[in-house]
Amino acid sequence: MNRLFPAPWLSLALWILWLTLNLSVSPGNLLLGAALGFAAPLMMRKLRPKRAHIRRPGTIVRLFFLVGRDVIMSNLIVARGVLRAGRRPPNSCFIKVPLDLRDAHGLAALAMICTVVPGTVWSELALDRSVLLLHVWDLDDEAQFIEHFKSTYERPLMEIFE
Amino acid sequence: MNADLSLWIEVPVAILLVLSGVFTLLGATGLLRMKDYFQRMHPPALASTIGAWCVALASIICFSALKSGPVVHAWLIPVLLAITVPVTTLLLARAALFRKRMAGDDVPAEVSSRRTESGR
Repeated sequence: MNRLFPAPWLSLALWILWLTLNLSVSPGNLLLGAALGFAAPLMMRKLRPKRAHIRRPGTIVRLFFLVGRDVIMSNLIVARGVLRAGRRPPNSCFIKVPLDLRDAHGLAALAMICTVVPGTVWSELALDRSVLLLHVWDLDDEAQFIEHFKSTYERPLMEIFE
Repeated sequence: MNADLSLWIEVPVAILLVLSGVFTLLGATGLLRMKDYFQRMHPPALASTIGAWCVALASIICFSALKSGPVVHAWLIPVLLAITVPVTTLLLARAALFRKRMAGDDVPAEVSSRRTESGR
């Protein structure tokens, strides 16, 4: 089972993705999607050195909505900053965030969150994954930002992946 | 827009499309107005987040009403954007940091502790 389906959830997700994209559950599409879900994880197995362990679906849902809210707020802040850039340029700077999250998949998810939130750009991760260099669009209070970052994104990700 | 859509569908769809256009335009304006490279990386994210979300939501509302059933596959666009955009953003940020460090510009030194002796 493990050899044939190294990532059963990924297979299932690819199958559903295929059916959703085609908006059809005809036998042909069911078969093609199943073939994709079967073959893609097998071909990608060499690229995934470690299996992801995902727990706490409740935390995932909560994180999803928290990130959604932060994305909308950050969009408004960046949009306002662009409009006022002439009179009051945003206080953009780099900050170093100490990280406790070490799991590769968790860090990938954190990178996604940083990119999706317009106010932050993931710039560099230390080789030992202990420090993250982040470019922030408009920084008020560094300590407060780091606290928000760690409590809103990092801790839930640690609960999910570690 | 199709004539058989009711006003209750048309108005939110129109508002969402206009919102998406406004945010995408602001993102493009930011790219033009900002002077610093890293500052310019932020505004285009407006187009790939709230801009794309509004269009996807407008499409879901509009086609669900037209076909009188849920047509929700447009939500895949924001999901796939969220997965693929970080690849290019990370690549651009890393390349810019590397170049600016080489050029001796005012950017933070490497955060890996192995190289602290070269810290600026």
